[in-house]
Amino acid sequence: MAIMNVNPTRMQLSKLKKQLKTAVRGHKMLKDKRDELMRQFLDLVRENKELREKVEAQLKNCNDHFVNAGAVMSKQSLDASLMSPKQQVSIETSSANVMSVDIPVFSWDTRTSSDGDIFPYGYAFTSFELDDAVMSLNDLLPDMIKLAQLEKSCELMSAEIEKTRRRVNSLEHVMIPRYQETIKYISMKLEENDRSSRTRLMKVKDMLLDKAHNYSST
Amino acid sequence: MRFMAKHIAVIGDSESIKGFSAIGLDIFPCDDTEKAPQLFHHIAEGDNYAVIFITEEIYELVEKERRRYEERLTPAIIPIPGVKGNSGIGTKRLSSFVEQAVGSDIIFQ
Repeated sequence: MAIMNVNPTRMQLSKLKKQLKTAVRGHKMLKDKRDELMRQFLDLVRENKELREKVEAQLKNCNDHFVNAGAVMSKQSLDASLMSPKQQVSIETSSANVMSVDIPVFSWDTRTSSDGDIFPYGYAFTSFELDDAVMSLNDLLPDMIKLAQLEKSCELMSAEIEKTRRRVNSLEHVMIPRYQETIKYISMKLEENDRSSRTRLMKVKDMLLDKAHNYSST
Repeated sequence: MRFMAKHIAVIGDSESIKGFSAIGLDIFPCDDTEKAPQLFHHIAEGDNYAVIFITEEIYELVEKERRRYEERLTPAIIPIPGVKGNSGIGTKRLSSFVEQAVGSDIIFQ
């Protein structure tokens, strides 16, 4: 691992030691964040998978109902029956915070309160197949909204987990080793300087003694 | 915390989505596949919809336009199977999330 390009001074050393401490603490916290995010994400994804399978199966069912209705009624009258909807769904979006990730929470409301009051047509000229189709689709709506909420949450969380994972890895495998190497390099360099100045001093002392008294310490 | 009343949009071929209008969702029939990106952009940018359900065929066509909304809270863009059947895009999308987060797909395989 390459060391950083710094001057081997005591000031640098204490600065680096502080930075290393921060990096280690940050690493630990990010790792905890990643683990917790991952745990929640996996729960969400499992739930999401089940719900998606359910919704897709039911949607297929609804489509079958509509095909049946289309077979009994003419296309024009089918389209005309569905043309002017009575029902209107409105969604309120709020956000929940999961480990610093904002995920959406959808709460929804419909214009007509009763489930039986949703049909946008009179029953006289339409087949019961169409009633079935609309009813089954209406039953599916809460699940579909739940699915939308879950999938969006999974999408946002997976992006955040990837980011956090990259940060953890870069701290663990790049930043922290680099700090450690640099600290080691500086302290070795300082020790070496220390030793070399000490030997120089000893040498100078010898020379001075030799000069003054013709006396050698050895 | 923001509270705003928004609606749900459904984009797809008219055959697949006409039922949704009866239960109170706003439908946007899109039988001309060339106009799909434009239509999608118009709907998503309007900020009027919290959820956009989109049939799988159209979902694939607007891949570039979808990217901008990936990091936003709304709209949630969700693929659904149309009358032509399920091509598995929804499941693939989920497994791509797992792959992105974990590094390899440990749930779907």
